[in-house]
Amino acid sequence: MTAVSTLAQETSQSFVLLRLGDRRFALAASQVAELVAPSRIFRFPHRSPALEGVILRRGRMIPVCDIADRLNSKKLASRRFFLLATRKFGTQLDWIAIPVSGECELITTDMMECGSNDSPYIAGWLSHGGEVIEVLRLSVLTPGPTESSEPSSAKGLEGAHA
Amino acid sequence: MTSATAKTLAHQPRTEQIILFRVSGQIFAISSASVQEVRSVDHIAGMAQDLPDSTIRKVRHSIRRGDRTLYIVNAALHFGLQPQPAALVFFLRRTRTALLVDGIEKMTTMTRLQALSLSFQGDERSWYRGLTAIEQTVIPVVQPEGFLSLEELTLLEAAQLAADTRLIANANTGAQVQ
Repeated sequence: MTAVSTLAQETSQSFVLLRLGDRRFALAASQVAELVAPSRIFRFPHRSPALEGVILRRGRMIPVCDIADRLNSKKLASRRFFLLATRKFGTQLDWIAIPVSGECELITTDMMECGSNDSPYIAGWLSHGGEVIEVLRLSVLTPGPTESSEPSSAKGLEGAHA
Repeated sequence: MTSATAKTLAHQPRTEQIILFRVSGQIFAISSASVQEVRSVDHIAGMAQDLPDSTIRKVRHSIRRGDRTLYIVNAALHFGLQPQPAALVFFLRRTRTALLVDGIEKMTTMTRLQALSLSFQGDERSWYRGLTAIEQTVIPVVQPEGFLSLEELTLLEAAQLAADTRLIANANTGAQVQ
């Protein structure tokens, strides 16, 4: 094995390619938990406009956020799957369901670091199949606490399982 | 208690009695321990006092309960829903809120309360203790203290004072005329 190929292996990462309308984007595979068929969205009053409601998946209630709205300036016309991803806020892991319009693909490749002129939601770039694909920074694209705000938790029965 | 019984109890899920109630077609849950009393709107109609100076849209009336003044909160307006004629009032324990709701769906038990995802960053963080799933349906569990903030209570106390002053002035005027 040459020194170059060893280096390439060390810097290669896994990514999940997702389709939002006619564009493809990527997410670090470490952030992706599952790809599931769309299920009922439970809606209730709230003041977080980027969120549609929550889905119920294996007893876990996961908020749904259509990021296509922000990336393509329009909501997805058709939703084939929900990509369940995780974000880390401090020590707390927070789940989010992202509607996608097509199959997802797992690839392993090198990521080019983003430049200072790139949008804050871009973590880097991938070159794959003749396409240049943006690697998304989910914490920027989806709502979450700012650094100064403290995560709060449910009182009483939190974590108590049937 | 035998050690076997203690072990069994330790493995039993903690449960909480809740009331599922309806507001403008939306179902919410509240811990039944937080509800001191449930009355029909008709029952309190004669006892409620108008608060014409209230700047809080969801509160238009107050009611005296012993030595305390409670503010009657329209739950639909609180949650930004289309108001419908309310039928019941929940007097909430350890708060100054009397909550107008459309009706009670049922009483049940929850075994799990999931904290609101950190994606929710609006007023809902003070509205809800979290979410629960009852019969495969997600239901927000309300926070009894979340209906009136400290700031709102201060404004309501001023409105109450103005209403009381007006009432005394009117009573005095009536006495002079007599």
